[in-house]
Amino acid sequence: MSVFIDKHTKLVVQGITGRDGSFHAKQMMEYGTQVVAGVTPGKGGQQFEGTVPIFNTVADAVQATGANTSVIYVPPPFAADAIMEAAASGVSLVVCITEGVPVLDMTKVYPFVKERGVRLIGPNCPGLITPGESKVGIIPGRICTPGPVGVVSRSGTLTYEVVYQLTRAGIGQTTCVGIGGDPINGTNFIDCLAAFEKDPATKAIAMMGEIGGTDEQEAAEFIRLQMKKPVVGFIAGQTAPPGRRMGHAGAIISGSSGTAQEKLEAFAAAGMGIAKRPIDFVELLKARL
Amino acid sequence: MNLHEYQAKEILRAHGVNIPPGRIATTPAEAEAIAKEYGVPVMVKAQVHAGGRGKAGGVKFCKTSGEVKEKATAILGMKIKELTVEQVLVTVAADIGTEAYVGIIVDRATKKPVFMVSAAGGIDIEEVAASTPEKILYVPVDVRYGLPTYDAMRMGFFLYSDVKLARGAAKIMQQLYAAFMASGCSLAEINPLVVTPAGELVAVDGKMVIDDNELNRRPEIAALRDERSEEPSEVDARNANLTFIKLDGNVGCVVNGAGLAMATMDLVKYYGGEPANFLDIGGSSNPEKVVNALRIITADPNVKAILFNIFGGITRTDDVANGIVTATKANPLKVPIVIRLTGTNEEIAMRILKDNGFSASSDMDTAVQQAVALAKGGK
Repeated sequence: MSVFIDKHTKLVVQGITGRDGSFHAKQMMEYGTQVVAGVTPGKGGQQFEGTVPIFNTVADAVQATGANTSVIYVPPPFAADAIMEAAASGVSLVVCITEGVPVLDMTKVYPFVKERGVRLIGPNCPGLITPGESKVGIIPGRICTPGPVGVVSRSGTLTYEVVYQLTRAGIGQTTCVGIGGDPINGTNFIDCLAAFEKDPATKAIAMMGEIGGTDEQEAAEFIRLQMKKPVVGFIAGQTAPPGRRMGHAGAIISGSSGTAQEKLEAFAAAGMGIAKRPIDFVELLKARL
Repeated sequence: MNLHEYQAKEILRAHGVNIPPGRIATTPAEAEAIAKEYGVPVMVKAQVHAGGRGKAGGVKFCKTSGEVKEKATAILGMKIKELTVEQVLVTVAADIGTEAYVGIIVDRATKKPVFMVSAAGGIDIEEVAASTPEKILYVPVDVRYGLPTYDAMRMGFFLYSDVKLARGAAKIMQQLYAAFMASGCSLAEINPLVVTPAGELVAVDGKMVIDDNELNRRPEIAALRDERSEEPSEVDARNANLTFIKLDGNVGCVVNGAGLAMATMDLVKYYGGEPANFLDIGGSSNPEKVVNALRIITADPNVKAILFNIFGGITRTDDVANGIVTATKANPLKVPIVIRLTGTNEEIAMRILKDNGFSASSDMDTAVQQAVALAKGGK
């Protein structure tokens, strides 16, 4: 079992002929993801790698192939429209990898997607992977292995670091979800935690947050009130100065709000395991499995 | 990106907001000439990207043009939170009756722009929110419909019982909202919004923060960037497409990915060291990025050891290794370097490093501990 994606996921890749899109479409196909279609306006009728049909629009792709999930690798100025196109096409899950989408674009896109009952993951995220079944996005497949831990994170490479350490220690994952580092994203920690709580295969959860916003604090409250499964948390940015954007657009301490300290206190109040270092996830999860 | 007060005011004025006349001066003589042209009294206000300008002595009320020259002399060149004041705004001083706060931010929780208004203006809105939250009205805006008049009027009446003032304030809210959307802001505020004894609404101070992701499609806003008011190493890094923030410690950090970069800084602290910077070389790194990163980090005299922490996903670790070799051949390092590489093409990277006399580990904790120890050991 898993959350959001599995071996039945049928994927359409928006921006499949671009530099990033083509590279990662190949990587996903090699991993075993069912890549059933690609979209590049003007290249409809062509084939990608000789096997995957390309369409001019996402709606055409969905109609012809039955794709149920879309992944977006288009440049930031076109990303908002690409998300809306996907959400209107009939897929149930849209994953936007693109970094640099203006936040005001997201204030329009978010209600559009919600009203259609579509799940958006990202933007500015590494996507997700259900080890051994399917990957949608850019998480390196070889660092993951199937197992009982659900992983959710606002970061890319920090997720890889933790997953790699878990895999090395023999702790596998049900699904790893990167929700992205932007201030407005489609799926938050609570959405993922609720999905992991329902997933029978997930026995424990690793959650990596960072400074900025209140998503982690709200997640801690959800864990305290509504979750039975153990959750281990980490917050990146304890040494970050206030008022500075630490790479991710969302990783910023505004005034006195969004500090690592306040998030860690919320974790402690929820009775969560707290990883002080990435490596601490290994022992803390072992003790909870 | 932060705008200066005078830049924010020019944008607000272009959207119709009533703002007292004002101009920028870079010398005391210029400031005096502007004051003579407008007539006193005027305010002389330091233009730096720092809060608390008034408390630091960077904002002065002047009754004569001679006083303007004197105060401008004192303010120009002064340091506010380590930033040198290069320019002052000389602006007609408004008579102040009451002061209100009007601001709009992109709110992460509601995923909408949200107005915050309060009759307790002129002071830090965070303090108001903390001590007397009932004095703030929050109004979220659905960007698909914009700010409806009824919501603007609701805010107007929250501030003023007089219908004429409420209407005037509502109009200013709509002008502020238009400026916010047109400039790609993540924050815009008027603080204070003043009612003069004559009953006129005037925006006495303005602030705007632009979403960096908007700058590519808004060249006219991007052109407002004032590089003189930024840390030179950060300007250098941005021009090299690196995300860099200077800090006060002595362990220079080069990392790929923002989350891992923060986690690496935190681990330096965990093992008893202090990070000298945040630096994210990004996803698809090429050797040139590494060369630039090393140049920027080694220019900081506080740096006593350099720590590379690279987790190769999209990033090829052999690219990073080649960058380290190229950079150190051109400019031999004067401080020790600790390298941690793992992931894509790790074996090739390790061989490149070994052939060029570097050692590297694949474990993050080991590398961080080494770097902290070397930074403490000095030379």
